Amino acid sequence: MASGPSGGTSSPRGVLAVINNPTFRGVIVQLVFVAVLAWFVWDVIDNTARNLQRANIAAGYGFLNRTAGFGIVQTLIDYAETSSYGRAVLVGLLNTLLVAGLGIVVATALGFLVGIARLSRNWLIAKIATAYVEIIRNIPLLLQLFFWYFAVLRAVPGMREKWTFLGVFHLNIAGLHVPRLAFGDGSIFILAAIPVAIAISVFVAHWGKGRLDRTGRKPPVGWISAALIVGLPILVFFIAGRPITFDVPVFNETGPILRRGFQSGTGMTIIPEFVGLVLALSIYTAAYIAEVVRAGIEAVSHGQSEAAASLGLKPGQTLRFVVIPQALRVIIPPLTNQYLNLTKNSSLAVAVAYPDLVSVGGTVLNQTGQAVEMVSIWMLFYLGLSLLTSMVMNYWNRRVALVER
Amino acid sequence: MRRTIVSAVTGITLALAGLSFASAGTLEDVKAKGFVQCGVNPSLIGFGVPDEKGVWSGLDVDFCRAVASAIFGDPTKVKYTPLNAKERFTALQSGEIDLLSRNTTWTMSRDTSLGLMFVGVTYYDGQGFMVRKSLGVSSALELSGAKVCAQTGTTTELNLADYFRSHNMPYEVVAFEKNEEVLQAYEAGRCDAYTTDASGLYAERLKLTNPDDHMILPEIISKEPLGPAVRQGDDKWFNVVKWTLFALLDAEELGITKANVDEKKTSDNPEIKRLLGTEGDFGTGVGLTNDWAYNIIKQVGNYGEIFDANVGPSTKLGIARGLNNLWSKGGIQYAPPIR
Repeated sequence: MASGPSGGTSSPRGVLAVINNPTFRGVIVQLVFVAVLAWFVWDVIDNTARNLQRANIAAGYGFLNRTAGFGIVQTLIDYAETSSYGRAVLVGLLNTLLVAGLGIVVATALGFLVGIARLSRNWLIAKIATAYVEIIRNIPLLLQLFFWYFAVLRAVPGMREKWTFLGVFHLNIAGLHVPRLAFGDGSIFILAAIPVAIAISVFVAHWGKGRLDRTGRKPPVGWISAALIVGLPILVFFIAGRPITFDVPVFNETGPILRRGFQSGTGMTIIPEFVGLVLALSIYTAAYIAEVVRAGIEAVSHGQSEAAASLGLKPGQTLRFVVIPQALRVIIPPLTNQYLNLTKNSSLAVAVAYPDLVSVGGTVLNQTGQAVEMVSIWMLFYLGLSLLTSMVMNYWNRRVALVER
Repeated sequence: MRRTIVSAVTGITLALAGLSFASAGTLEDVKAKGFVQCGVNPSLIGFGVPDEKGVWSGLDVDFCRAVASAIFGDPTKVKYTPLNAKERFTALQSGEIDLLSRNTTWTMSRDTSLGLMFVGVTYYDGQGFMVRKSLGVSSALELSGAKVCAQTGTTTELNLADYFRSHNMPYEVVAFEKNEEVLQAYEAGRCDAYTTDASGLYAERLKLTNPDDHMILPEIISKEPLGPAVRQGDDKWFNVVKWTLFALLDAEELGITKANVDEKKTSDNPEIKRLLGTEGDFGTGVGLTNDWAYNIIKQVGNYGEIFDANVGPSTKLGIARGLNNLWSKGGIQYAPPIR
């Protein structure tokens, strides 16, 4: 009976009791680990800074304010040679976002198509889809990138010639030349009409769902929304006096050879570097997405389809209401991986002269010599973008996940 | 790209390691390991390129050999690190290489903020343009509105922008990471013009399917003094590399060649005697043996011989001496005397 409340922390047995307490030990071990990690990180940063200083290498991010002085072939925001390095990096960053965003959309569409095609009962379609997946995912992406880029370049007419289709699309080696929308006074009303139309559509969808629940009849919500989103801006366009016009690319066929071809500053040009990169990234990633989709659909047991059929659901409804919602639970997590891969693979852009973050950053790095700073910007951006993608996808995953009680 | 990141990360890691290389002294390190680690261009004909058997040649490569000859009396004691434009400085800063001899332009920012020092100029170059003859252009000033292919990660993009801006000419730059792709895109017709250092244009033109369909415009739009560089803060090694270059130039000025160096050793000319080490202690002063310059000339030849063998009029490149001739023959190559 010597132990007990009177033992206290001062007695040896009390101390022993605290040390033997697994919670206490757990906390101590974790604290020590965090402290060691923090010390290590601080030491790395401090040491790098001091070594750079000792080697006479300038450090810091001040260079981002200096004038860049070099040109960039595709800019989504205003940029000139007199802009700062920071703005150049921003241009590259937006170019990366554009190529990654479009790549994800195209890869997803193509991947779902091929994944479903692989399960087709039609022998030819299934085999073609299988061949696509096996060929594409077994060839390194860089080689495919070169293939698409140089294939595109060699296939299209030279700079002083063009192919025209549908009257307004012109293709040659300098890119795809299309009319550009020129926004005049009053265009703002048209742009504002789009979110208004979307808001009304949301309201209509809500009303339609209530109507379905009450009466069992489904109003044509999809058609109404489509008519609203397309119709309303067009209506406003005419009311506002047609402020949006087309800026058509100008093509010169006479004059000095260098002056022939499409004139810069007219119309909009989609450069072949962008086309090649999006093609390569989406075709490559689609092969992986196809496999993910196939696995997801095959994971839904056949009994589910049979049960749906016996309830009287049509095949299309079975796919939409029974198979796909359950398949998505399996598809989304690996799909996230593919999106992240595509984003990171877009850094291969520099190989085909697409001015992405790595390409522009490389020029900045070379002109300023600030390797540590530039590499840190690269890493931070890709990390941030990947975390953001994961966050969105995780949110979606939670939405479709099986809720268990 | 990956290699750039790898070398940048290596650079950071080595910076963390405390730059233990620099502290020991590069010359002692080189002597101890028995070879010079030289960073070179792997694909520029006339300056640095390996043949099918892996034997390197070029003006920059011969400079590495000259340094090895000065230290070891043996031009084969060099190991080459092929580097692209973006990796080169990090490779030198991190101690991966002892000497950067890779057609690198000497500029103020590189000399002052990258932790390295240029030892001199091995080749006076300038940026130029190559165009198709069918374009009907005879001057770079007619290139207004042109699409220009260039290599990223060099000063080329900046010079290009400066030139077109100062002449109020619009242009578009398409910048690739590697020279191979720049050339392919130019040949496919993606660009009207191809720009890089003039020496590079002559070399790249040879790789085109029909070199005769292309011409190099007369304008030189920038000063590109190309030279070898070493790490800052190691004066002894800096001196060795610097005086190797001067010895090459002095030898040409004094008429000493690979063929006649042995007979010149008995010459009465005091300047020749000092250069070849038969008089004075100049070699030991720089941390080498007194026959250092003799070894350079015996093994590699003088500057003129190196130039003629790699890029001169009798080679495929066929570049005239021009600015790179000795000061006494109308050029600007000039080396301080040995005394």
